[in-house]
Amino acid sequence: MSLTFLLLAIALLCALSFFFGRQRAVGLSGGRYSNLHSLPVHYGVYTALWCGLPALFIVMVWYGFQGTIIQALIVADLPDSLTSDPGQLSLALNSIGLLSEGRGAHLAGAAPELIDAGRRLANLKSIASGALVVVMVCGALLGLIFSYRKITKDMRARNNVERIARGLMMICSAIAILSTVGIVFSLMFESLQFFTKISPLDFLFGLEWSPQTAIRADQVASEGAFGMIPLFVGTLLITFIAMCVAVPVGLFSAIYMGEYASPKFRAVAKPALEILAGVPTVVYGFFAALTVAPFIRNQGSLLGLDVSSESALAAGLVMGLMIIPFVSSLSDDVMSQVPQSLRDGSYGLGATKSETIRNVIFPAALPGIVGAVLLAVSRAVGETMIVVMAAGLAANMTANPLQAVTTVTVQIVTLLVGDQEFDSAKTLSAFALGLVLFLVTLGLNVFALKIVKKYREKYD
Amino acid sequence: MAVVTARAMTDGTSAQAPKMAVRKLDLFYGESQALYEVDLDIAEKQVTALIGPSGCGKSTFLRCLNRMNDTIDGVTIKGNVTLDDRDIYDKAIDVVQLRARIGMVFQKPNPFPKSIYDNVAYGPRIHGLVNSRDELDEVVMTSLEKAGLIKEVKDRMAEPATGLSGGQQQRLCIARAVAVSPEVILMDEPCSALDPIATAKVEELIDELRSNYTIVIVTHSMQQAARVSQRTAFFHLGKLVEVGDTDQIFTNPKDERTKGYITGRFG
Ligand SMILES: Nc1ncnc2c1ncn2[C@@H]1O[C@H](COP(=O)(O)OP(=O)(O)OP(=O)(O)O)[C@@H](O)[C@H]1O
Ligand SMILES: [Mg+2]
Repeated sequence: MSLTFLLLAIALLCALSFFFGRQRAVGLSGGRYSNLHSLPVHYGVYTALWCGLPALFIVMVWYGFQGTIIQALIVADLPDSLTSDPGQLSLALNSIGLLSEGRGAHLAGAAPELIDAGRRLANLKSIASGALVVVMVCGALLGLIFSYRKITKDMRARNNVERIARGLMMICSAIAILSTVGIVFSLMFESLQFFTKISPLDFLFGLEWSPQTAIRADQVASEGAFGMIPLFVGTLLITFIAMCVAVPVGLFSAIYMGEYASPKFRAVAKPALEILAGVPTVVYGFFAALTVAPFIRNQGSLLGLDVSSESALAAGLVMGLMIIPFVSSLSDDVMSQVPQSLRDGSYGLGATKSETIRNVIFPAALPGIVGAVLLAVSRAVGETMIVVMAAGLAANMTANPLQAVTTVTVQIVTLLVGDQEFDSAKTLSAFALGLVLFLVTLGLNVFALKIVKKYREKYD
Repeated sequence: MAVVTARAMTDGTSAQAPKMAVRKLDLFYGESQALYEVDLDIAEKQVTALIGPSGCGKSTFLRCLNRMNDTIDGVTIKGNVTLDDRDIYDKAIDVVQLRARIGMVFQKPNPFPKSIYDNVAYGPRIHGLVNSRDELDEVVMTSLEKAGLIKEVKDRMAEPATGLSGGQQQRLCIARAVAVSPEVILMDEPCSALDPIATAKVEELIDELRSNYTIVIVTHSMQQAARVSQRTAFFHLGKLVEVGDTDQIFTNPKDERTKGYITGRFG
């Protein structure tokens, strides 16, 4: 019995109970809806919710536990020879699963107890899904009857519906918040494990990054150095270059779009600019790696400069390009929110357009603009694809934009791709880097909000 | 010129040439016409009040006098407006300089989100009216003094202007306009956002400013028009219905519509 079918059934039940609830309310009203506390629709929704929510809940819980319970039943019947060794057991369970679905052709000669178990598993599954339908329908009907009987003329269906809706919204936001908290905790947990292997001081202040450790005990390899400073220097360098591009270009284009451009031009140009934001970062990445980086290297060699083929400059420039629409559309929004009365005041004193923009509109919009820029910074810090493709992997500690550098995000990627031992310092260091990155962006956002708030207080 | 003399005779002002003269002014917002053939003289160093029911075009007319309508898209203007006998819609006129000569105070106080000092210094700074910090201080102080605000703000010049009360803000806006030393000051319902006490202060101020500036004020309050103005013009449906000495308009209006409006029968 597929999940889609179950959900459809629930929807149907809800529709039915909506109809019943509404009918009942209409019947009670004696033809005049004002006799009722709420509108008939509210009674309908009320019964529909009482019918649908329990059914959904039952389905969810059932799916949550069905697998474990059935597996436990199967395992209990398997001979000890299979269950004692975890590796063997999981292999056996796998075969049983295949057999139960009739896909175990190649297992035809398997041990009879496995074939038996496969048959039992198929059996159990079909019982379970049949039982689920029965239980779910019972739950739905109980809910329906319960709520149906509660409907009276004075029942506050509207308020009840609202309360239930509020509960549902609360659950949704709880899911959002809890998953964030969960991610942060898993980051912290893994980072703590990392810090038991490498001292936090070495990690935070170390000047060398070369995470190659021995994978097998018999390999000869260096100890591995986990100093994150070079990575942060690289990140900062690229972010800085990106902001040097994005802030002026974004800001001036916002000013032009918002204040000077004719409505016609604006109608075409604004969406065009926003398309930039829709280009996948991978595309920017190969644009940076295949077009911009070689171009910079060629130009550099013409000037007699030694430019490496993967340079911070290429990655930074392209990243800046990517961020332009963020800066421009956000600052355009805040500038257009500066009230007309302030502009009028300035024009009325004989200020020109550019004086008005410089002296009145820009300062009034500054908090929003700072917010936009900081948002762009945290976006740049967290950007991965472009730097992976264009900035290189060498953890150079340099402020020279013509050299290859690497960033925190790039290292996280390279640490985790490929086969890794999950508890080696190398793998765990990715979590520590992730945690630090998270803290940095969090700090940036908090800082941005603080600035915005400070200016707000000052200006209104 | 024939029109000018005829007008001068009918409304009985002094023979002195008007500071501003408006002739056959038509204004369109896109397709719809908001002003019809308005003829009006604005006498120097007097307060001219514009009254009339809501939507009759008072603000629109006022904004023609310093070309603020230029900032609105789709406005077409016909006819002419002169300041000291020069057409202000002439191509040779620089709008920026024109607005420095004809200042404006708006209905809602709109101080810039800057300090009190910077608000008043705004105009002098952009027009380069002063050469030194001392001169600027001087201009700011005298402007605030003229606006009757100096006592209230002299200890808080560096504080944001948005922290002032509504009435103080409006007087600050007047000081801001005065600081550019305009010849004419236009005021669009300057008291409509103020309480009676703040209103009284602003009215007093207008009366004092009259000795140095030509003032045009839009108001919805008959009493205010009667109290502060020497001449009153009544607008109705985009047309100038009647203009004359304030006393005459309020005691002996010639037009039925004017009579109806000031006695409160419509509006
Ligand atoms: N920016 C604009 N675009 C189009 N029409 C406008 C615009 N501003 C004003 N109008 C129209 O012009 C007419 C005159 O408006 P105006 O603001 O001059 O009236 P008013 O006499 O100042 O009214 P109030 O006393 O309510 O301020 C009105 O019909 C108004 O709808
Ligand atoms: Mg108006």
